[in-house]
Amino acid sequence: MTGPAQDPPGNILELRDVRTYFPIHSGFLVKKHVGDVRAVDGVTLSVRQGEVLGLVGESGCGKSTLARTILQLVPTTGGAVVLNGRNLGEASRAEMLACRRDLQMIFQDPYASLNPRMTVHATLAEPLLVHGICGPSGVRAHVDELMRVVGLAPRFARKYPHEFSGGQRQRIAIARALALRPKIIIADEPVSALDVSIQAQILNLLSQLCREMNLSLVFIAHDLSVVRHISDRVAVMYLGKIVELGPAADVIDRPRHPYTRALVSAIPVPDPDIERSRQRIVLAGDPPSPINPPAGCAFHPRCPHAIERCKQAVPPLVPAGPGLEAACIRLGEIG
Amino acid sequence: MPLLSVTDLRTHFHTRSGVYRAVDGVSFSVERGETLGIVGESGSGKSVTCYSIMGLIPQPPGRIEGGSAMFDGVDLLRCSPKVARSIRGKRVSMIFQDPMTSLNPYLRVSEQVIEPLIIHEKISKKEALSRALGMMEAVGINDAGRRIHFYPHEFSGGMRQRVMIAMALVTRPELLIADEPTTALDVTVQAQILELIRRLQRELGMAVIFVTHDLGVVAGLCDNVQVMYGGRIMETAGARALFHSPMHPYTRGLQRSIPALQPKGQELFTIPGLPPDVSKPMPGCAFAPRCGFVLDKCTAARPELEESAPGHAHACIRARAGEIKVA
Repeated sequence: MTGPAQDPPGNILELRDVRTYFPIHSGFLVKKHVGDVRAVDGVTLSVRQGEVLGLVGESGCGKSTLARTILQLVPTTGGAVVLNGRNLGEASRAEMLACRRDLQMIFQDPYASLNPRMTVHATLAEPLLVHGICGPSGVRAHVDELMRVVGLAPRFARKYPHEFSGGQRQRIAIARALALRPKIIIADEPVSALDVSIQAQILNLLSQLCREMNLSLVFIAHDLSVVRHISDRVAVMYLGKIVELGPAADVIDRPRHPYTRALVSAIPVPDPDIERSRQRIVLAGDPPSPINPPAGCAFHPRCPHAIERCKQAVPPLVPAGPGLEAACIRLGEIG
Repeated sequence: MPLLSVTDLRTHFHTRSGVYRAVDGVSFSVERGETLGIVGESGSGKSVTCYSIMGLIPQPPGRIEGGSAMFDGVDLLRCSPKVARSIRGKRVSMIFQDPMTSLNPYLRVSEQVIEPLIIHEKISKKEALSRALGMMEAVGINDAGRRIHFYPHEFSGGMRQRVMIAMALVTRPELLIADEPTTALDVTVQAQILELIRRLQRELGMAVIFVTHDLGVVAGLCDNVQVMYGGRIMETAGARALFHSPMHPYTRGLQRSIPALQPKGQELFTIPGLPPDVSKPMPGCAFAPRCGFVLDKCTAARPELEESAPGHAHACIRARAGEIKVA
């Protein structure tokens, strides 16, 4: 299934200083623009062909908005989303329609993301017919093939979503995303609604599909152990910005940024001896509001290493090791 | 004598599509001051076990078919509603997964936190308020004096969970049942809440039943852990024994499915198949259809939970016979 050999795999997706703000209005008759929720605030990222990029952060950090921005499901406030060399923000409707074939999404809740009135066959056939992948006569064979790829028996094609378990539904959602042979899939918390034993099945399926189809995947999750397992690189988001970016094992095993350190240290380890003896960094408070982010580094009110300088300017992402970047001005000092 | 001792609890739901044996013969006990973890996947019966003890099972369709839950000499399953009410919320409290749906959005937090005190301790509103305030401070709510008069929507998720914990602990219960209290929270907030439960437990000396699907949470918090599957207990042991030398194939399977414990890039271990359908009769072991070690005798008769070492019990006939070793 792999394409012709190509030397360095190119970037399939590039985000350049992407910003997505949601305006806040007040007033009843005359709406006045009083501020913005800066859900995504200047994100620069790239995803190579065949690469799995993990995106982690707490709720409200903007990771889901970033996913929706990539798919152009929300209007971008600034910056550029470039897919395969084409700036999606400037694409016409027709061009955008063509781009959507390359860009697919898997949602968190397979109970909500599948139409309960459509059979599996209808769900999977729709994109095939809309995009003219095959004619009505070839649909059956295509759908059967898709179901086999995600590990579902084709004889279930006439069933409705409610007849399946959560894991099976997520397989249907994955099959639907694969129907158009996309180049990149954005998966927003695809396993967090599933039980541990089922979660492992879906993670294996996603890794295998990426490998076999040379598919890029942006994998959004809050569970760092899951992200570490599946991703090549990981980006850590805090309040709309990327604070650390690098190879998955590096970022999670040897985090540089104080926020990533706290995040990693907060994951409970399933081993009583380790869990009871290790030093834990317990952060105080909740993430601040993206309406009125703190001045300077947005993490400084919760950061154990914050000093006066941290409040003055927003720290840029700076190199912090091989292939690694972190946005903290005290990287060298905190060791 | 244990603080709570549950014997052969069976809670079934009678619905049009059949009888769901959500909890089917569960026995365990909790000592004073102990933390018991109940681990299982969705549908394993862990929440229904807690709801049964608290008398929160909607009847119908639910029905407690048998068993007993002795709390300090009183059978919580059979006592009069009056006696149950005098224990529930006073000596046994519960916290739930979703703090948004379990707090009343129409009432100020102050009203909700003092309610158990007013009902159970018959003290004045003023006195109750000052104790509630103390509890709000103990659970780490800054500026409690002002914030106690807020409505639930004015708090963040983690803060709401703290409010619920304050509400549950304000009467200084002897047993706290926590049903996935951190599942809806972010990891950094989860760490705060777990730390809080640990500290308050030490200070108040209460016993805790902690229900979760996250083996990591259990590892840090619990003295003893029991693993549930298909409405039954598969294995129960001290936390160290359970993690380091599990006996039951299901416990081992659960452990091996966690990405954290596996080398990166390798294919994750998975338990094949689907969770059991508890509306169908399961004559043998509930895990048999998904077990890699299954033999005919596993499906012939239901294996009993028996001790293999002091404090370590499991329900696998093959492990007991020494035929398999899963750890």
